[in-house]
Amino acid sequence: MSRTFLGMPPFPKAAEAAVADAQLRHNLHRATRTIRRTRGRAVAEVDDWEALRAAGAAIKDRTLRHLDRYLEQLEEAVTAAGGHVHWAVDAAEANAVVTELVRATGHREVVKVKSMATQEIGLNEALAEAGITAYETDLAELIVQLAEDRPSHILVPAIHRNRAEIREIFLRAMADWGRPAPADLTDDPRALAEAARRHLRERFLTAKVAVSGANFAVAETGTLVVLESEGNGRMCLTLPETLISVVGIEKLVPTWRDLEVFLRLLPRSSTGERMNPYTSMWTGVAPGDGPREFHLVLLDNGRTDVLADAVGRQTLRCIRCSACLNVCPVYERAGGHAYGSVYPGPIGAILTPQLRGTASEADAALPYASSLCGACFEVCPVAIDIPEVLVHLRERVVEQGGRPGERALLAAASWTLGDERRLAWAQRAAGAVRSLVPRRLPLGPAAAWTDTRDLPEIPAEPFRDWWARREKEDGR
Amino acid sequence: MRIALFVTCVNDTLFPRTGQAVVRLLERLGHEVVFPAGQTCCGQMHYNTGYRRDAQRLAVRFVETFADHDVVLAPSGSCAAMVRDNYPRLAPAGSRLGRAAAEVAPRVLDLSELLVDVLGVTDVGAYFPHRVAYHPTCHGMRLLGLGDRPLRLLRAVRGLELVELPDAEECCGFGGTFAVKNPAVSAAMGWDKARNAAATGAEVLCAVDNSCLMHIGGVLRRQRSGMRVMHLAEILASTEKEAVR
Amino acid sequence: MNRSRERILARVRAALADVPRDEEPAPVAVPPGRAATDGLVDLFADRLEHYRARPVRVGAADLPEAVAAALRRRGAGRVVVPADLPEEWTSRCEAELVADDGLDPAALDAVDGVVTGCAVAVAATGTIVLDGGAAQGRRALTLVPDYHLCVVDAARIVADVPDAVARLSPVRPLTWISGPSATSDIELNRVEGVHGPRTLEVLIVSSPGTGA
Ligand code: SF4
Repeated sequence: MSRTFLGMPPFPKAAEAAVADAQLRHNLHRATRTIRRTRGRAVAEVDDWEALRAAGAAIKDRTLRHLDRYLEQLEEAVTAAGGHVHWAVDAAEANAVVTELVRATGHREVVKVKSMATQEIGLNEALAEAGITAYETDLAELIVQLAEDRPSHILVPAIHRNRAEIREIFLRAMADWGRPAPADLTDDPRALAEAARRHLRERFLTAKVAVSGANFAVAETGTLVVLESEGNGRMCLTLPETLISVVGIEKLVPTWRDLEVFLRLLPRSSTGERMNPYTSMWTGVAPGDGPREFHLVLLDNGRTDVLADAVGRQTLRCIRCSACLNVCPVYERAGGHAYGSVYPGPIGAILTPQLRGTASEADAALPYASSLCGACFEVCPVAIDIPEVLVHLRERVVEQGGRPGERALLAAASWTLGDERRLAWAQRAAGAVRSLVPRRLPLGPAAAWTDTRDLPEIPAEPFRDWWARREKEDGR
Repeated sequence: MRIALFVTCVNDTLFPRTGQAVVRLLERLGHEVVFPAGQTCCGQMHYNTGYRRDAQRLAVRFVETFADHDVVLAPSGSCAAMVRDNYPRLAPAGSRLGRAAAEVAPRVLDLSELLVDVLGVTDVGAYFPHRVAYHPTCHGMRLLGLGDRPLRLLRAVRGLELVELPDAEECCGFGGTFAVKNPAVSAAMGWDKARNAAATGAEVLCAVDNSCLMHIGGVLRRQRSGMRVMHLAEILASTEKEAVR
Repeated sequence: MNRSRERILARVRAALADVPRDEEPAPVAVPPGRAATDGLVDLFADRLEHYRARPVRVGAADLPEAVAAALRRRGAGRVVVPADLPEEWTSRCEAELVADDGLDPAALDAVDGVVTGCAVAVAATGTIVLDGGAAQGRRALTLVPDYHLCVVDAARIVADVPDAVARLSPVRPLTWISGPSATSDIELNRVEGVHGPRTLEVLIVSSPGTGA
């Protein structure tokens, strides 16, 4: 069982611990540098990337602006193709629906394809309570599950682990879940992949029920789409008798032809490949090929709240490519766990506080987990202006009150800056005590600064006084 | 040309040298600099921290102060970006602030834009016999789209040896209140930036934003590194006669 | 459960109060993909190389020998084939051919490989698309065996992804294959070979008149 994020400290504290973890920083530094390079190459190869990005954003916007009709269309198409559609308002309902569907098959084990939606709702934990074991089959998810760890990246949930750590996890825990790792396992990535292959083989060949998410759902045709690399997705989507897919309501695209835009955007942004090794597309059930029963669970779980916010709505364009994580300097140093949610990095910093609200200290801290450098916006394949949404959410946090210290400081700054005479007075007051200000200060925001950085010297004369003096001397 | 200087509250209070350098440089190039006395702050800190109403009040003040000026120079990439990029967002649609911001915002320029695009110079006749690395600040690079303008200006400085900064495009970690709200991450970013800067062997790290330089410079000083930080204006203002420092 | 459906749709509609009721979905301008040029086969082969998918180019007449040679090289003694695979393709094979008649996963796991055709291939991305149509069989066939030999008629190669989507029908289950199974999960470096076939080989058959 993976651990959940409940009870995690707020971002600044969690990040402080992560920054101090040299191994973690080394792992993240290496991995994010690698993927930045490959993504850069893959994107540079496309001449009209910016136009493609704009098209991706526009198609998603169109979908969101008419989401009600596309949802109904999708339901109709899936049903016509022999699938069953279920609707879940929140996590509890989605978990109940899936649990019931699994129970109805009479089986107590399910194989899972990596899916953000099922992580978000804590499906594995809910199934476990009902006595159903969920086996993660994506390599990184497997690592997280075996290590009883938390995911720290959208695409590569075990990005915080290096090969030596993965080897140890396999040796230690595989036996508890099925076929043990070979005793002579090395940390060669090829050997690790081989161990995962053997460990899961039997499970795939005998699985009767699978649970997946989907990258896209085509309203027009009822087609579901899963992009993956390893083939574990194909195994889960093809071999079992029953397939249950949990899909957020924002995953829709209107038409079959719209799909091509995202098939061009996603792999290059995500793994930096021209195309990912495997993409599966299915529409309902196909006689003689694949599962005989297909259930689609459409999940809201806060998404309609995001939709209702005109600025925040663009967040729902996200296709979970993880490019924003990979370029984010804050993510690189804080790691994924510090974001306290299955959605880390820049997208997590805007999505989590919208899905969960900003009432808790942890959720209210997330919009501030950014220097607003804008690297995320630059790479996002659907052009989500993440800095804009961050600032928007900060406004929401400020409006809800609290934080008396910060409020007082900013109010004082606002008062001082509200009039040039008050500013000049404050400047002269600071100048008068300038020789008394030490390089390190003991308390509050000043200490937060001076623990690691020196303060600049306060000049004897602010610019405006210099200017006034010059004007006078010039006799102008 | 008559150029209105929006010196910015940070430069005004902490880095008057930068404002003085701008004045010296532009006057040397034969232009007139005016300093509208009512100016204070663009509101960036309040805006970025979520204090929208305070930011709006400061924005109103800014557009009123600079309403009558055709060219406004803000020697700070993030302040210029605040006005150009965020004022339109700050104003309710169709509001007075919105209309005024739409008028004024496009006239607000960073120093490298003013020199290269408006005044049409890259060689400003500067002399600065030092080895310099340039850090493209995030808002200058991504919001203003300064591109290689600052580099072109630096390359034309006599005596100056420009060296390449590794991972130049990565944020220094300042981020306004981010620096105190998330001090651990901010400092880690700052220390990496300082390490990359030191690795160039340059004597001076140059940028178009003193806020970022205050942060990086604070780290460099704490590390007792011999490297100095300098605003682009100060380098461009230097001549044989009046070398800064 | 129907209550949830109505609740979600009502919430969606309420959330979209700012969208004018009579607004129609706006058309979106999509940049075209790579243009179809003469070198599509070369490009396709180049992309496959990149995935280490070992493309081999053969004339139509030489296909049976090429299939036999590939299986020989691989040492594949028993291979599964879709029931409707053209007999001629495997006419020179020494390997034992198992025609798929609904083999269970364990039986598929016991064969040494699979030979299929494909529906469409995409030059720009080095992708093969299977749609369960002629000479392709059901999805499990090309998934469980560790070796996949795919015959691609050059006439089926299109320039880019948009062309492929336009040619395919979503009514059929589709599998897009770009190289062998791989993972980037260990330090974000690509490693080939996890659950799907670890070896993918492609025979590109130039058909008369395509100039390929
Ligand atoms: S926000 Fe954009 S860059 Fe980040 S994961 Fe989503 S689509 Fe990718």
